[in-house]
Amino acid sequence: MTRHLLSAADLDAAEATALLDTAAELARLTAGREVKKLPTLRGRTVVNLFYEDSTRTRISFEAAAKRLSADVINFSARGSSVAKGEGLKDTALTLQAMGADAVVVRHSASGAAHRLAGWVDGSVINAGDGTHEHPTQALLDAYTMRARLGRIAGLKVAIVGDVLHSRVARSNVLLLHTLGAHVTLVAPPTLLPVGVDAWPATTSYDLDAVLPDCDVVMMLRVQRERMDDSFFPSTREYTRRYGLDTARARRLPEHAIVMHPGPMIRGMEIAPEVADSPRSTVTEQVANGVSVRMAVLYRLLGGA
Amino acid sequence: MADVLITGVSVLGRPPTDLLLRDGIVAEVGTGLSAPGALVVPADGLVALPGLVDLHTHLREPGREDAETVETGSRAAALGGYTAVCAMANTEPVADTAGVVEQVWRLGREAGLVDVQPVGAVTVGLRGRQLAELAAMADSAAAVRIFSDDGNCVADPRLMRRALEYVKAFDGVVAQHAEEPRLTEGAQMHEGEVSARLGLAGWPAVAEEAIIARDALLAGHVGARLHICHVSTAGSVEQLRAAKARGVRVSAEVTPHHLLLTDELAATYDPVYKVNPPLRPERDVAALRQAVRDGVIDAVATDHAPHTVEDKECEWAAARPGMLGLQTALSVVLDVFGPDWNLIAERMSRTPARLAGLDDHGHDPAPGAPASLTLVDPAARVTVDPTQLASRSRNTPYAGMTLPGRVVATFLRGQPTVLDGKATR
Amino acid sequence: MAYAEAAPSTGKTILTDSDVHRVIDRIAHQILEKTRGAADTVLLGIPTRGVPLAHRIAERIHAFEGIRVPVGSLDVTLYRDDLRSQAPRPLGPTQLPPGGVDGKRVILVDDVLFRGRTVRAALDALRDLGRPASVQLAVLVDRGHRELPIRADYVGKNLPTAVAEQVRVLVTEVDGVDAVVISRPAPAGAAGGDRQRREAR
Repeated sequence: MTRHLLSAADLDAAEATALLDTAAELARLTAGREVKKLPTLRGRTVVNLFYEDSTRTRISFEAAAKRLSADVINFSARGSSVAKGEGLKDTALTLQAMGADAVVVRHSASGAAHRLAGWVDGSVINAGDGTHEHPTQALLDAYTMRARLGRIAGLKVAIVGDVLHSRVARSNVLLLHTLGAHVTLVAPPTLLPVGVDAWPATTSYDLDAVLPDCDVVMMLRVQRERMDDSFFPSTREYTRRYGLDTARARRLPEHAIVMHPGPMIRGMEIAPEVADSPRSTVTEQVANGVSVRMAVLYRLLGGA
Repeated sequence: MADVLITGVSVLGRPPTDLLLRDGIVAEVGTGLSAPGALVVPADGLVALPGLVDLHTHLREPGREDAETVETGSRAAALGGYTAVCAMANTEPVADTAGVVEQVWRLGREAGLVDVQPVGAVTVGLRGRQLAELAAMADSAAAVRIFSDDGNCVADPRLMRRALEYVKAFDGVVAQHAEEPRLTEGAQMHEGEVSARLGLAGWPAVAEEAIIARDALLAGHVGARLHICHVSTAGSVEQLRAAKARGVRVSAEVTPHHLLLTDELAATYDPVYKVNPPLRPERDVAALRQAVRDGVIDAVATDHAPHTVEDKECEWAAARPGMLGLQTALSVVLDVFGPDWNLIAERMSRTPARLAGLDDHGHDPAPGAPASLTLVDPAARVTVDPTQLASRSRNTPYAGMTLPGRVVATFLRGQPTVLDGKATR
Repeated sequence: MAYAEAAPSTGKTILTDSDVHRVIDRIAHQILEKTRGAADTVLLGIPTRGVPLAHRIAERIHAFEGIRVPVGSLDVTLYRDDLRSQAPRPLGPTQLPPGGVDGKRVILVDDVLFRGRTVRAALDALRDLGRPASVQLAVLVDRGHRELPIRADYVGKNLPTAVAEQVRVLVTEVDGVDAVVISRPAPAGAAGGDRQRREAR
């Protein structure tokens, strides 16, 4: 693993597995005790640089850093006028001057984390760049699968929804392939990118055909605004063909789990009853996120 | 003006000879020439080419002098072996009136390094709704013959038809930036495998090819000339080939960067590789190279597009598209095609001069020809250093690359503009 | 998270397998003696090799007097103060025995006592896990060169060494053999430390 975590492709199978194992140990360590703090990253500074609103991810990283006793500085650039990204390089120079050991960055432009990595000496963790990648999400998704189903290699995973605009999908396809799972992408043709044939995954337009054979169904968020861009004619038609309703959930194999990176649009891509059912891993995913992010911070900062 | 005696030069790769430049023309060609009082330019090992002519350059003045001026752009051009450039109209204010094109023309004459031929906008403000006063620009001192909304596509087919027809009256030509805007909204790079992987919105090849197909049909229908700017795909080449075969008077240009670079470079997320039309995959590059060889593409034109540091040193989506090109064009073409001097002269000088109506340019150095020529050292290899380029901007995609060829001297109607690899003013 | 060790390149065997067995026996006897029967006592091995050693000591205690001393493991990686000098290490298991450590006499077990930093980290880790009544230390080898005021209560063998030398304890459970080996590392580019060697990154 290099100095940064910018893409799920930065991890080979050994490194990814080591991260999951470390996360598991950290989860065990912090579970029993009242004082959930470990002194490992004391004196290190982690900056959360969030250009996009995301309370959930930011808090997860903040909790992870604090449990390792790192100092956390939150920088929300939403207030400043970053109309043409003039903030990014100048902000990078400021962080550099501050001596940030790690920068966790979320930005609306694909490649923003890569650019930042070229401008700072510390480690850069991509917390979501545009429609490109979200590697720690893929890690916590893999962790969740392993925790629920005991393995990742050989699992049949269906990723359903707006693949074209999804950084979660891209990172998951890469990481699951690295770890030996089989991925099927399910979406209307308009929401699959030209060039998806080069991805290590199969594609299908037919959710009903794919479900009976899945171990994991991962539902992606679909924005209603995509309808205005004619990606699909109406939310009704989308939900009818690609929504995971209770009828479809019943056709899943007994052991199959339902995942969602959040936030969910209940009633759109996933029925509320399914989201709340025992198959659903949505709340575990959040808890697992902290352990996984602790493991990533430890791997990047807990050594030379 | 002092005479110039160039000794031992190979004109277009032929055996070495001497050239005597006097009163703005090539007065004598022979061996062992002498001219007392002349500026002697020893040219052993150098090749003489007709001065290069660029059909497509952005000089940014008026309005964006922070990125480039007519003077700095002219200097970059002369150092690249050019003696004439066509300056695109997307300045601020837009060159859609006689006043602005004359201003640009005058600035070019003041700089005195290359002939600056202004291009006039097709529509007012480049907004694509109303024709600009094309005849006024043609009649002005700038004598505009090429009209282009480059930067934007003339997307409305009815308006494009009108423009194609209207300029026939003064032997003008519309140069189309072929990009169907509704297919490229928010696009960042070529739509294909790389864009899918990188999560950057795609610019599909069909957006270019569909406009070329449409405009070639229109030009054929109304009997007008048509020129296509910066062709970038194999499909576009096929459209051009078919149109020419039908007898449509269409010409086309390609940029050096589209002949050398592919969309894989976007994986660095460095916006120095962001350009419009975008870099394409290997198979398109191969098709473009073949089209240059067989003449389906008539000219190499730089689309020199300077941008300030702030416009490039940011995340990809926020960056402006465009690359520098004037100073490196010849080297890139040499790198791609080798020392095929006749091909280079044809695509970078003779044909562009003819298409632009610049009678003073595009003439091989021969007795009686205007003395606008350039001397190149074909054996030199130069590593591109952005800080050493004459342009006011730094956005060259070739930074750190070593390319063949070095322009040693350039002459504009007998006047040296570059000597010993340095601009004379 | 054990990983395979390469066999030592050159080395002098200080303790053979029978020596190691006798030493473990002696430590077990000493514990029984000093604690007057090992009541309310817990053995915590420090991974990697401290863990099998702790199990063996407990087994010998049981063999001698039929007393079952609970055994657990305490990984100290996250508490080390020298993390920055090496590549990040994988974490070992931390497993407290049933009954925990509160109010107990905790005997930390490690293979080699050297600078003392591992034990210092173990004390910090232990503090976050509970409140033992007391903490003692048992090591197979004490090689001197302490950098902190830390001493072992039970020592298998005192081994004067030069700082540059490497002392390695091998145990059957991890290395396939029981031995204590001392060696001088190759002059240039050797990885430092007398703990587990890691894959270079």
